[in-house]
Amino acid sequence: MLKNVHFGPSVLPFLLVLPQIVVTLVFFIWPASQALYQSLLLEDAFGLKSEFVWFRNFEALVSDPLYWHSFKITIVFSFLVAFLSMSFALLLALFADRVIKGSGAYRTLLIWPYAVAPVTAGALWVFMFNPTLGIVSYALSALGYEWNHQLNGEEAMGLVVMASAWKQVAYNFLFFLAGLQSIPKSLIEAAAIDGAGPIRRTFDIVLPLLSPTTFFLLVVNIVYAFFETFGVIHVVTSGGPAGATNILVYKVFSDGFVGLDLGGSAAQSVILMIMVIGLTVIQFKYVEKRVAY
Amino acid sequence: MVENRPLLAIFSHIMLILGVVVIAFPIWIMFVAASHPEIRMTQVPLPMLPGGHFFENLDISLNRGMSGMDGNGVGYMMLNSLIMAMMIAVGKIAISLLSAFAIVYFRFPFRMFFFWMIFITLMLPVEVRILPTYEVVANLGMLDSYWGLSIPLIASATATFMFRQVFLTIPDEMLEAARIDGAGPMRFFWDILIPMSRTNIAALFVILFIYGWNQYLWPLLITSEPGMYTVVMGIKQMLEAAEQVPQWNVIMMTALLAMLPPICVVIFMQSLFVKGLTETEK
Amino acid sequence: MAIFKKLVLPAALAAFMSGTSVASAVTEIQWWHAMGGTNGERVNKIAEDFNATQSDFKVVPTFKGNYTETMTAAIAAFRAKKQPHIVQVFEVGTATMMAAKGAVYPVEQMMKDAGEPFDKSDYLPAVISYYQTSDGELLSMPFNSSTPVLWYNKDALDKAGVSKVPETWPEMKEASEKLVAAGYKCGFSFGWQSWVMIETFSAWHNIPMATEENGFKSTKTTFEFNNDIVKTHMKNLQDWQKGNLFVYGGRRGDSLPMFTNGECGMWMNSSAYYGSMKSQAKFNFGQAMLPYYPNVIDKPQNSIIGGATLWVLRGKQDNDYKGVAKFMTYLSSPEVQAWWHQETGYVPITTAAYELSKKQGFYESNPGTDTAIKQLSLNTPTPNSRGIRFGNFVQIRDIINEEMEAIWNGSKAPEQGMDDAAKRGDVLLRKFEEANES
Repeated sequence: MLKNVHFGPSVLPFLLVLPQIVVTLVFFIWPASQALYQSLLLEDAFGLKSEFVWFRNFEALVSDPLYWHSFKITIVFSFLVAFLSMSFALLLALFADRVIKGSGAYRTLLIWPYAVAPVTAGALWVFMFNPTLGIVSYALSALGYEWNHQLNGEEAMGLVVMASAWKQVAYNFLFFLAGLQSIPKSLIEAAAIDGAGPIRRTFDIVLPLLSPTTFFLLVVNIVYAFFETFGVIHVVTSGGPAGATNILVYKVFSDGFVGLDLGGSAAQSVILMIMVIGLTVIQFKYVEKRVAY
Repeated sequence: MVENRPLLAIFSHIMLILGVVVIAFPIWIMFVAASHPEIRMTQVPLPMLPGGHFFENLDISLNRGMSGMDGNGVGYMMLNSLIMAMMIAVGKIAISLLSAFAIVYFRFPFRMFFFWMIFITLMLPVEVRILPTYEVVANLGMLDSYWGLSIPLIASATATFMFRQVFLTIPDEMLEAARIDGAGPMRFFWDILIPMSRTNIAALFVILFIYGWNQYLWPLLITSEPGMYTVVMGIKQMLEAAEQVPQWNVIMMTALLAMLPPICVVIFMQSLFVKGLTETEK
Repeated sequence: MAIFKKLVLPAALAAFMSGTSVASAVTEIQWWHAMGGTNGERVNKIAEDFNATQSDFKVVPTFKGNYTETMTAAIAAFRAKKQPHIVQVFEVGTATMMAAKGAVYPVEQMMKDAGEPFDKSDYLPAVISYYQTSDGELLSMPFNSSTPVLWYNKDALDKAGVSKVPETWPEMKEASEKLVAAGYKCGFSFGWQSWVMIETFSAWHNIPMATEENGFKSTKTTFEFNNDIVKTHMKNLQDWQKGNLFVYGGRRGDSLPMFTNGECGMWMNSSAYYGSMKSQAKFNFGQAMLPYYPNVIDKPQNSIIGGATLWVLRGKQDNDYKGVAKFMTYLSSPEVQAWWHQETGYVPITTAAYELSKKQGFYESNPGTDTAIKQLSLNTPTPNSRGIRFGNFVQIRDIINEEMEAIWNGSKAPEQGMDDAAKRGDVLLRKFEEANES
């Protein structure tokens, strides 16, 4: 936590933390406490009238099956995004680790989607899968499959998962490749001398040694899927059809920003904040060393 | 390589090329769509090969913008995005370096209190607290300004946390040696800590630049003057054209343009980026 | 205060550098709107033309995203006291705006206060009735008003051997069967489904969508659209998906390409798609009145309006409102309205603009373009067909959308879907009622 050797007391450390504390107070703590207060109110959109209702907004949420549905959807979504982007990245990284020449070139080519804004990524995937215009749905239709993510919840989920995972592959690939390259070659060589083939070695040695990286990436990917996919969902499905892609973060936005149900939305953000803080504390206490993004 | 298996190497290359094709396919589609005239974009099947209108669309996007926009093209939006992304990246790195330095190298009252206060902001996206944050920014008179665009997004602990990790891995001997040389805290900070965290700073810069560049909802809410619009916002707004089919050719061209600066940052800083990220991870 | 020195001064400096705080003699009137694309250009033209007519005021139009984003941005701005003078709000936001008495400056009163001549009888009753209080006071200025019509691909109908454009739902079914038999991918589709297939459908058949005169009388209203007539209609639509007589193509106008590509022979949606049809459809198209069920009603009632109106927000200086009032007068002038109507397919808001378009021969050279206005003024509106006024309706419409999608994808029976939609909608109506009790 603190260095064994450190500077003596002075006013300097206060000055050093001041900018960040000010920014955090003004732009985070204060708005967050406003949200906390709002979650106890029933208020009209313009803020002209409000009534203090204690925990009624929370009670309404807990008894709302759609909120639980959103929870379920979020878990499914995060798992799928993490699984898809990580397994694809791992596969590519395993191959890239094998090739001597050109792994840098592959890396350069694979990294592109990381730079694409979630909103743009969403627009791009919607464009490809547009039921009437899209090039992929056209190809699918030629194969006898009528793609319509505007109607079919599973296809909608599939589409947002693909778009979100696509953006994240590059990041995972970088970490897996670095992880692979840091595995001592002597271990692999020893196994090779014992007669283990490449596939055997991958399963018996490489993957176990990679598990810290995998675990770290799992956390990062889940956090990514929870919060940073907002733009993708916003453009691709707006949470539809029939709420099939209405993940928690999007629900906070759509209930508050679109539906103008400020109290209910604030209550949802409070729950989210508690979850995030809880997650962060757990992560900090138990897996401290692994956090780095 | 452990053993020489040429077939496996070729197979690996094939798989990697396939992977690249899958990953790059959407980008290819973006490029193709950006090179066709508008009318072609409403005819099924859409083209798979580039057409001859690339520069025409480039001209529309850069100099005129889509019909219904303000007619100034997206050039100034790119500039706004650039300023915003730079301010977020540089601002966040600066305040985080300072606070991480204080928390790791000083013992002072309320140290843990400050630490936790910064720490709980980790990860909570701005979308979740957007309306109250908007009110704060409006009351401070920061609507329609670069400060309003960037400072609220600086309020997050990720960078502080990362620098803290980095500083903790720096051996104590460094500080002892510096002390023997008679260096004060700021001197130590500039001459030792900053150079030693160079790769991490680079990695964070890439991440934060992209994060800032890619913001959508926040700029949408706090800018009402077209001169302050950002390019990602512009793309989303192009999709919203009321009662007509989106002009995909211009949208995709703009998306292509909007992708260029972040992709340049990623590619040029690639090796530093990878090193900076993975070193702290170890 | 160190904070303020740190944050506000640089901000002011930035504002100065970007030129926003440069004082000028003209009073600026901020107008936030949701018109992207070509219509956005037309909005800009209206503002420019107005600015050119006088030198005291300058209307500054700003595109703030889609309707929802525009409305929320204005509300957020109001809460922070940075609201624009004029904001364009879509019809479903009407109840929310109306309830915000301290925030909204009723247009009729504003015109009076500003001393601007204003005669309500100039306006088409079918258009303004949606936006009046129960006492008849006009709250917002209609700007882009439209109504759903039946768009048809004339070439396709000819090819399929449909000699007469369908007038009833049974005829729709028949025509769709012929279209599909002739090789078309689908018979018909529609957009803005809650508006077209439930709200307008109910008015068109003169059945109530909710109690309390569709919410006009009070906020105690509860939904009644889960009645047998609507349910039967939903059942029919669901059935017609078999064999592709009906194909669902997404919310809002997402299904437009299905029609303009020639996949679907008929399409029901706003008359305001006229502009894009003109530029994108490569076949002869036309618009006709919406179909009805002859076993429900002998002759259709009238359709209801959609689109958006301009709301004036309070909290600006009196002088500003003089400019707003002048702009409203300019906007309603026959020339501007006739131009807007003919370009976009939105209905003209004044009788004079309608007459002017007639005189200019617009309807003769473009047959069918008066369908919307005829539909709206087919009969004197009844309490069932005057319009709807529900709080939280933006969100309720999303619920209806969701439930309808559940019907289309077969995960819910039509009865179940409509009952659930009404039940979930009622919860939000109660919430609105409670939040707006005075």
